[in-house]
Amino acid sequence: MTEPVMLTVNGIDYRVNVDMGRNLLSVLRNELGLTGTKEGCDDSECGACMVLLDGQPVNSCSYLALQAQGRSVTTVEGLTPADGLHPLQRSLLEQGGVQCGFCTPGIIMSARALLDRNPSPSEEEIRIGLSGNLCRCTGYAKILAAVAQTASDG
Amino acid sequence: MTTRTERRVGRTGGLIGDSPLRPDGIPKLKGEFEYAQDLTAAEMLWGATLRSPYAHARIVSIDLAPALAVGGVHAVLTADDVPGRGTFGLEQPDQPVLAGDYVNYWGEPVVVVAAEDQDTARRAAAAVVVEYEVLEPLVDPEEADRRDETFRRMKIRRGDQDITGDVIVDGYYEVGMQDQAPLGTEAGLAIPDGHGGVDLYATSQFVHVDHEQVVASLGLTSDQVRSHPTGIGGAFGAREDVNLHIHLCLLALHTSKPVKMVYHRSESFTGHVHRHPARMWYRHHADMDGNLLRVEAKVLVDGGAYASTTGAVLANACYFAVGPYRCDSVTVDGVGTRTNNPPCGAMRGFGAVQVCFAHETQMDRLAAALDMDSLDLRRRNALATGDAIPTTGQIIETPLPMTEVIDSLVAMPMPDATISDSPLSLPGGTGLTTEPTDVSRGVGYALGIKNLGFSEGFDDYAQARVRLTAEGATVETAAIEVGQGLVTVLAQIARSALGVSRATVRNVDTSMIDSAGSTSASRQTQLSGGATLEASTRLRARILHAYNGDDLDDDGVWSEGRLVTPMAEITEGSWEETATFRHPATTEPDENGQGVIHADFAVAGHRAVVDVDPELGLVRVVRVDTAQDVGKALNPQSVRGQIEGGIMQGVGLAIMEELIVEDGIIRNPNFTDYLLPTILDAPEVEALLIEKEGSWGPYGAKGVGEPPIISSAAAVAAAIRDATGRPIDRIPVRPQDIALL
Ligand code: FES
Ligand code: FES
Repeated sequence: MTEPVMLTVNGIDYRVNVDMGRNLLSVLRNELGLTGTKEGCDDSECGACMVLLDGQPVNSCSYLALQAQGRSVTTVEGLTPADGLHPLQRSLLEQGGVQCGFCTPGIIMSARALLDRNPSPSEEEIRIGLSGNLCRCTGYAKILAAVAQTASDG
Repeated sequence: MTTRTERRVGRTGGLIGDSPLRPDGIPKLKGEFEYAQDLTAAEMLWGATLRSPYAHARIVSIDLAPALAVGGVHAVLTADDVPGRGTFGLEQPDQPVLAGDYVNYWGEPVVVVAAEDQDTARRAAAAVVVEYEVLEPLVDPEEADRRDETFRRMKIRRGDQDITGDVIVDGYYEVGMQDQAPLGTEAGLAIPDGHGGVDLYATSQFVHVDHEQVVASLGLTSDQVRSHPTGIGGAFGAREDVNLHIHLCLLALHTSKPVKMVYHRSESFTGHVHRHPARMWYRHHADMDGNLLRVEAKVLVDGGAYASTTGAVLANACYFAVGPYRCDSVTVDGVGTRTNNPPCGAMRGFGAVQVCFAHETQMDRLAAALDMDSLDLRRRNALATGDAIPTTGQIIETPLPMTEVIDSLVAMPMPDATISDSPLSLPGGTGLTTEPTDVSRGVGYALGIKNLGFSEGFDDYAQARVRLTAEGATVETAAIEVGQGLVTVLAQIARSALGVSRATVRNVDTSMIDSAGSTSASRQTQLSGGATLEASTRLRARILHAYNGDDLDDDGVWSEGRLVTPMAEITEGSWEETATFRHPATTEPDENGQGVIHADFAVAGHRAVVDVDPELGLVRVVRVDTAQDVGKALNPQSVRGQIEGGIMQGVGLAIMEELIVEDGIIRNPNFTDYLLPTILDAPEVEALLIEKEGSWGPYGAKGVGEPPIISSAAAVAAAIRDATGRPIDRIPVRPQDIALL
């Protein structure tokens, strides 16, 4: 059964007809064409699908599109400035925190949420903030360094 | 006007030895990079696969009617619909595209469906009614060995077979089944070309071999199929074999529409091969001074239902069964069994990982039996250039800095000995189960060796084409970027060798260039890098010759310090060179496993420091230090990235990652139950790169992707043994192996 849903994604209002059981990730990727958000597990385990919902990090694979109604969704596309890169993107690039890059959008969203609530996190706090994001390529060292660099650059 | 000297300084951002920003970094960071998952085409259908729920069964009947009755379904295909050979496989075409009379493993594809959207395709696949006669699966690999159900047997006999040492150490070891678990699952899109052919864009490590498999299995001609490199979320061996590739082409040709498939994570766990679980029996002989006199080993790897690369993995396991040590009396018997377990194949380390855990544990036990320092024992027996590989007798001709690796490792600083009481730093983490006073710390060392490139007489080559246009240099290749940074390093090589500051890498399909070979066996930097270097060098020489110059840079051709022809004029012409690079030829083994089997070798060592709660069996890996033989680090940041990522996978194998297979069925095909290391599990890593040029790779570079995982798992296991005194003869180490629960 489909329902009309009003979604605000990256500041733009969308009206989409979706199945009530449809998750937010699938609507973002398949209906809105925002493919920067990835599916790694569909199981709330990997964080590749991380988006911000009113600023809070949420695994969009495990969140119904219906539940996002009336709330503000931010994806990696919305975080990227019109020209250039967000400081987090810049430090991940410089530190070598991107390999295959499949985890990267989710990592950026988690890190952004972390820095929003805690602009100068300790190493431990960064680890906790990113503990919901799996990366299979990097071993995390350069991701950790990149988030620390962003924080110290202010 | 900029002078020539300034220009030269200005372009050092991307030469060999630098770590320039990766060219695909920005699109990846912005979410714009196109992965196979993100591809679409007009009128695209979605595919889905129905898989066997049994490890072994006879297919009695298949009723497609319920699936065809689902609205929006365009095709429901079985083995009967597969034209051509109908089978595929990297070493032998033994695996059916779709199961015919029998299913031989849990998860084997039986039916494929194309429908208007993914949900419909999955629903329709589930609606197919298959009647099975369930058969007894063969799941015990030792039973398979006894029944001679095998893919390959290996026999290595070197030197006097009757030597007995003063000290003898026996051991039996097991390694569990690890999954590559790349973060992006299998995905792809096949687009029919309207003339009976098809363009395939799918997750791959080796598009030319995918092409070959599609062509042969579906009875097409070579020019009817083009396999295109596409963006992928990691690989680690999981994409060496085809999985959805043939299904996609079959469905696209059948429906005359583009067809896309994306595996769900649970399907991915059955959709690709895994690291072979291994059982290993060892006997080491040494004299009282610690000279290794003789090693005897039996190595069993279970290949599961179909061959994949089991023969080559088994061979590698056997060839490196002794490790990086001199020994002139060696017996190795190996078997790769055929069972009804999930098929196993390539994963980073490719056989060398399994035996490393065994030979390194043996070395520690031998040291204990001799009452000798384990590093002294290793140093005393360490292989060096000019020595023979203990198993094959092949003389090592390139630099092999094993002793430097050991010395560097020992010299690296140890972490603070105090055990932090922060819950995050304790075994068990924020579960707060461990008291700091209960924690015991252990330190373990392990050394590993592996071949670089393909072996045993395989004609291993890579082709690359370099063009020079007004836009700069372009390297064309079919080599797959899996995340390791190949697109960065090939451009660095082209810039350095050609002399221009702008270089980009362009992936082209199988119709446009010859094979680059597989992105595996740590080989692309050496092979595709070698081809890029050769093509660039030849192109530069031709341009210099054409314009009577002695130097080439962005401005054009120079002669004795004067610009003789500006770049704009040069690039009016068409400049391209194609080179095919081969590594030194290898031979097939003789009946005793002897020969020049490998093209080159790389070594590495790891020191792991762990904290263990011996009562609860919980482990935290505090730190892993490593020294690695890299030849020449063409891009140090990428090399470190490979090292840090490889070590993390080694830590995973040591303490948490295992596919639990019961009666042939994977019990944990999801990330809730198959545990991958998170950032909370990530140890501090310090890496020392040992650069000793002399290998045949470009600028002396050696492959770096696999050594980080070979001995890291063994080092962590050794550290747990040190902390607990428990035998630790299997990895992953489980709580019950530590705590005697
Ligand atoms: S896809 Fe949502 S957490 Fe993995
Ligand atoms: S870069 Fe590949 S998963 Fe993180």
